[in-house]
Amino acid sequence: FQDQAEQFLRSGHTNNWAVLVCTSRFWFNYRHVANTLSVYRSVKRLGIPDSHIVLMLADDMACNPRNPKPATVFSHKNMELNVYGDDVEVDYRSYEVTVENFLRVLTGRIPPSTPRSKRLLSDDRSNILIYMTGHGGNGFLKFQDSEEITNVELADAFEQMWQKRRYNELLFIIDTCQGASMYERFYSPNIMALASSQVGEDSLSHQPDLGIGVHLMDRYTFYVLEFLEEIHPASQTNMNDLFQVCPKSLCVSTPGHRTDLFQRDPQNVLITDFFGSVRKVEITTETVSLDRDVAGFESKFPEEELATEPLKYAEQLPVAQIIHQKPKQKDWHPPGGFILGLWALIIMVFFKTYGIKHMKHVF
Amino acid sequence: AAPVQVQLVVPIAVVFAPGSLPGDLPRPLPFRDVQEMEISVNVRTSVTSRYEMLYRSTTGQEEAALAAVTAREADAALHPLQDTTLGSLTMYVVPETSSLLPQGTNVYVGKHRSALVRAGGSLAALQARLREVTQVMSFTASSIAAALSDRVPDGQLSPDARRYLKSSLGYEITFSLLNPDPKSHTVDWDIEGAVNRYVKPVLDKLSLVANFSVDSQILYYAVLGVTPRYDKESSSFLLSAHSLPHVINPVEARLGSSAASLYPVLNFLLYVPERSHSPLYIQDKDGAPVSTNAFHSPRWGGIMVYNVEAPPSPQASLPLHVDVDMARVMEVFLAQLRLLFGLSREEVPPEFLLESPGNEGLADWELDHLLWAHTVENIATVSTTLTSLAQLLDKIGNIVIKDDVASEVYRAVASVQSAVTELSLGHLHAAFQASKEAVTSSERAFFDPSLLHLLYFPDDQKFAIYIPLFLPMAVPILLSLAKIVRETRQRKKEPTKMD
Repeated sequence: FQDQAEQFLRSGHTNNWAVLVCTSRFWFNYRHVANTLSVYRSVKRLGIPDSHIVLMLADDMACNPRNPKPATVFSHKNMELNVYGDDVEVDYRSYEVTVENFLRVLTGRIPPSTPRSKRLLSDDRSNILIYMTGHGGNGFLKFQDSEEITNVELADAFEQMWQKRRYNELLFIIDTCQGASMYERFYSPNIMALASSQVGEDSLSHQPDLGIGVHLMDRYTFYVLEFLEEIHPASQTNMNDLFQVCPKSLCVSTPGHRTDLFQRDPQNVLITDFFGSVRKVEITTETVSLDRDVAGFESKFPEEELATEPLKYAEQLPVAQIIHQKPKQKDWHPPGGFILGLWALIIMVFFKTYGIKHMKHVF
Repeated sequence: AAPVQVQLVVPIAVVFAPGSLPGDLPRPLPFRDVQEMEISVNVRTSVTSRYEMLYRSTTGQEEAALAAVTAREADAALHPLQDTTLGSLTMYVVPETSSLLPQGTNVYVGKHRSALVRAGGSLAALQARLREVTQVMSFTASSIAAALSDRVPDGQLSPDARRYLKSSLGYEITFSLLNPDPKSHTVDWDIEGAVNRYVKPVLDKLSLVANFSVDSQILYYAVLGVTPRYDKESSSFLLSAHSLPHVINPVEARLGSSAASLYPVLNFLLYVPERSHSPLYIQDKDGAPVSTNAFHSPRWGGIMVYNVEAPPSPQASLPLHVDVDMARVMEVFLAQLRLLFGLSREEVPPEFLLESPGNEGLADWELDHLLWAHTVENIATVSTTLTSLAQLLDKIGNIVIKDDVASEVYRAVASVQSAVTELSLGHLHAAFQASKEAVTSSERAFFDPSLLHLLYFPDDQKFAIYIPLFLPMAVPILLSLAKIVRETRQRKKEPTKMD
């Protein structure tokens, strides 16, 4: 028991957060949504509440006109498990899943009118799990088929989080093609990263369901989930076991991991440190002695009724101000170096080739 | 991390009652003395504490007050005669044989900012005792190190040093009543009355530190995640200490953190066990039942189990009506609130007698304790934030700083400088207010939505966009240029050739 207590104390975190991102949309990317929702279910089952999960999905699967089983998203063949269920709380859905929003969530630079459920309110004692899935390449991850996030940007975002101590420890899991390239550039401390495939390898999907007509899950996440099914809130399984999940024989790609930035030995890191939410508790041994016969209390500082205007989301864009605004006097700047040089070059070549006398045609 | 050098000045008045003067005073009273101590946290962070002591003898009024029978009466009588600025301390030295302090007690710490200290013979012994008192009543090296916990190299801090609530502009307190068995118990709790009578005085005193908002709720059919086991000897149900961490999670999903507030939430839960699991007691790790029947989790809140007395006859009609004894409940909750903030009275030397602060919840010197820690923490946070903002600007050369962000940065710098100055002058209140302003401004500047580095394109991306456009266009130009150069050279050569 003493050893358990020691190990428990060594984790040093008091709360857990999870940021789960599915970066694809469209029906044929069903498996990415199923991946994310399965991780979401596991994380909820192990104890992290919805208020501490930021779920970003395109959310166009369950009600897609091509879905033969509407309002469901299945993760196992033969429709064994509906991961969509009744209580999925998607925080960023559809077109809100953008690189900008993702980086805003991570760094905390969010407009003041954003609701609490869309914020990552972590502090220096938070362990954060970040799971990303979708289509990726060497050094980038595609977001919703229209933009990309590079590994440099991601590393910079994590550094901004570290500067503001927005995490205690961070576990980054990515299930895309060439996933290992995304964690190559990390340089902030206390980050552990896992990827489904190395640079130059593709991550493969697991099994198609002939009834639904698409592949339901990716291999890496499928085996990670099988692994997580064995975990319960009190389990002592550590990260080394997670690194062994999905060897090349099952996954075809080679999963990779990175622990050099992490201060603790992965042997001592429990799975529930990131996937679950087991809190440290202390027995309360002190009490305050209160005098029961006390009448109502007159506050020394009477509350001032601050008339604060409720912030409306629409008012972020002050339409009235913009419509009635006179165009700002922009100071004229002479054209800058590159453009100036280019035009000078073009004009010089023109006149040298055709002769100076043609200048009269210009003026 | 950014360098932080702060000097904490504590003005202390040491007042000697007649008959308590040690024999070896260096100078006749009154005289001043300064003691400095360095608390070095890491290479670039150092906090110096400077105790400015004024030794003097009692005035006539103070002598009259010290003639009281008990220490408590003396303290009450001395209170109007003291310096009550935040951060200052007054210590009254009473003769060794004085009966004001009970036997075996050498120090009595009042509920304001004063203490009664028994003289110890020599000046050195007295000063050692005074130093102990100062450590209890203002700050210790470990409390300052805990406030600067993110600068201390890992491994040097004890693991429980980072469990206190971080300094924040406000906190939200939620009281929840959990009734898993409404068929058997109808629970009535006068939470509004209890908050008005017991909680508001404490929050009023803490209002100097932060804004507090209180709300309450009742949850039905909310069960604990753990099944307690039945103990035949005590014919009660027991929850062991190592199952407690798993209790909180299933409940937390239903608590619902407030959607409106961005402040940290402190949850206090009162659990009335089901009839089939009553009475329910919590065991500590030695197996003994806990007297308060409550436990708390750092930075989260606390849970108390409230057992309903068995009905007089087993055939009593269900549901039983339960009127919760709010005073008993609030005694535990307020104690948990103090512990969450880091105000514990358990590590005090045995010969100290601490006066209970009563309904105010915390003594004035405990409030000072919080203010010292929070001021130092705020100054360190502002320093780190502004430095990292500067580093961000260095890294992304073409980032645009809006005027309001710039003005927030200036304000933060001015406030933090004023906070450090005020600390070095011994004005704790002004220093704390300045540090709060500094934190607000620096957070607003750092987290401004316009500083997203995604919006600013580095030069190599600009090249990557324009090169494919201009390079094909430039090929004929460059070739023509080469042709021109060749022709000019030929023409230059020709006149000499034609000769």
